[in-house]
Amino acid sequence: MSATPLLSVRDLETCFIQDEGVVHAVDKASFDLWPGKTLGIVGESGCGKSVTTRSILQILERPGKLAGGEIWLNRDGQPPVDIAKLDPTGREMRNIRGKQIALIFQEPMTSLSVHYTVGNQISEAILVHDPKSGKKAARERTLALLRLVGIPQPERRIDEYPFQLSGGLRQRVMIAMALSCNPRILIADEPTTALDVTTQAQVLDLLRSLQRQHGLSLILITHDMGVIAEMADDVAVMYLGRIVERGPVEQIFHAPKHPYTRALLRSIPSVMAKPRSKLETIEGSIPHPYNRPKGCPFHPRCASMIKGRCDVETPALAAIDSATAVSCFLYQPSTVPALGTRP
Amino acid sequence: MSNVLEVEQLKKHFPIRRGFLRRLVGAVKAVDGVDLTIKRGETLSLVGESGCGKTTVSRCIVRALKPTSGVIRFRPSDGPHTDVARLDRRGLAATRQHMQMIFQDPFSSLNPRMMVGDIIAEPLLVNGVGTASSRRARVEELLDLVKLPKAYLNRFPHAFSGGQRQRIGIARALALNPTLVVADEPVSALDVSVQAQIVNLMLELQERLGLSYLFVAHDLSVVKHMSDRVAVMYVGRIVEEAPTDELFNTPRHPYTEALLSAVPKPDPRRRTERIILKGEVADPANAPSGCSFHPRCRYATEQCRVDVPVAQMIAPNHKVACHHAATLRLTGVAS
Repeated sequence: MSATPLLSVRDLETCFIQDEGVVHAVDKASFDLWPGKTLGIVGESGCGKSVTTRSILQILERPGKLAGGEIWLNRDGQPPVDIAKLDPTGREMRNIRGKQIALIFQEPMTSLSVHYTVGNQISEAILVHDPKSGKKAARERTLALLRLVGIPQPERRIDEYPFQLSGGLRQRVMIAMALSCNPRILIADEPTTALDVTTQAQVLDLLRSLQRQHGLSLILITHDMGVIAEMADDVAVMYLGRIVERGPVEQIFHAPKHPYTRALLRSIPSVMAKPRSKLETIEGSIPHPYNRPKGCPFHPRCASMIKGRCDVETPALAAIDSATAVSCFLYQPSTVPALGTRP
Repeated sequence: MSNVLEVEQLKKHFPIRRGFLRRLVGAVKAVDGVDLTIKRGETLSLVGESGCGKTTVSRCIVRALKPTSGVIRFRPSDGPHTDVARLDRRGLAATRQHMQMIFQDPFSSLNPRMMVGDIIAEPLLVNGVGTASSRRARVEELLDLVKLPKAYLNRFPHAFSGGQRQRIGIARALALNPTLVVADEPVSALDVSVQAQIVNLMLELQERLGLSYLFVAHDLSVVKHMSDRVAVMYVGRIVEEAPTDELFNTPRHPYTEALLSAVPKPDPRRRTERIILKGEVADPANAPSGCSFHPRCRYATEQCRVDVPVAQMIAPNHKVACHHAATLRLTGVAS
């Protein structure tokens, strides 16, 4: 592992200012992405995982707004740049999108245009970033990309429309499009959620082999702990806009610290379970972002809640060793008595 | 134990018509000869990838679709059975009281203009059960059963989260004391932490009320928690059926093996080599010759390309449709 991360996010804050109030979709998120590694961001709906990646690329939809924090991108032979300071519509930002950081969306049917052939859509990305290359060269490159992502008969598929392709093939087209400008960072936002398990296995396998061949760094956004366990090197667990725990994948699954991570891991159904066995549950449901609980956002559902502390103050994400960080008062020095009670 | 439901040789073919005269040019064989039984108080899960026909089977059973051929024997009480496939309108109305559905999407399956109390009372009203006050009492009882406060009676669905809405949908399904509940992907639209609550609720209700479930799902880990027996479907046919543990531990059909292998295991120490199935689910309008799984099967031989395998009992309660089931040694999830 090289000494500097490719992408360093510090205290990222994104809010949505609406008539009903301000929603802190992302609240002081900090994490690093290391070269050639996979960072998994996991959480349930409304936890801010997708907004985090949209903030990194500065493609937030109104009324979303980057409200604070730093996003440092390290590039070869150039000084690091803070993406958060760039003009979202400026030239430099447009150069980063696609060329440095590319994004794969969740729903391949809605993110591909229905009016153009897949070949047209991929070539367009190539021509926008490199207008001098010419149509013929762009088509050649498109064919090579389709071959790279394992689409059978690319010479035929290149002239087909998205509706002629299955979900798995469409997701492969999305990946080909994302790779068209040789990005160093690939963000995959729920890349396999809409797919069947066998197709999911194919797509995850493809992402892994592309990562090995091209040294890509991957940010994988998902709600599926199974996908995280299979793919990630490092994991950030999010709940209601905050990173509650961050650490190496082995730590997260075998020595989880935060009560939410622990409860989440216990509540996932497993193919290894005894038939007709009940699952452990987390009481209640995820609060609506408008009425985020005061203090630690997880405290109303937390079994280890400290009265007078968790419902008043918000714990900061604090390192507990070189690799792991947790935002929970159970692990902070000022709550020494509680530490003894932890399992 | 008596059988609540016996399905024999169920077929549902959707015609494909082309041209000015709408001539019949072929058929999508969505369900092509399915046999299954559900015993009183048990859960049978139907699993498979999208397009395998599992939803079509469940829709034929509740007669939301009229089957092309086949027999659906339904026996709600100890009396004689009725063939749901042949019922007319009036007969259906009477029979449907005993079979109810829980739907996948809790956001589109509740009428946004009706209050929760009216939604749950609707099946009672339609079937002319009780008086206004007795219906109200029943609705309160049902809310209690699915662990929602009685005060929710007068609220509209938009005020509720996905999990709460799914509870309302379950309460509505139970209003008429059904024998059989057909649940089509009831938890796949929910968040993990809420999904666990609904799975537990369905298990509890089954014990308390002696319900029989037909559980249609694609998520094998949820299926493992819910079912007594599992049937795996591929392109309109059941390829394997066995008690849950047996199917997961010792699958006998290569497709089941591949499905189990593809499920991501929530443990980074178990990153093993997976069986990656090539290609995609075959088109039911144009199914491959012989065994429809043969183009993707790594054990396929010449026989598989020519002969359609017939389902046979390979062990007690374990049915497989594969020419090589007796000789193959396949890997399950326990090993």
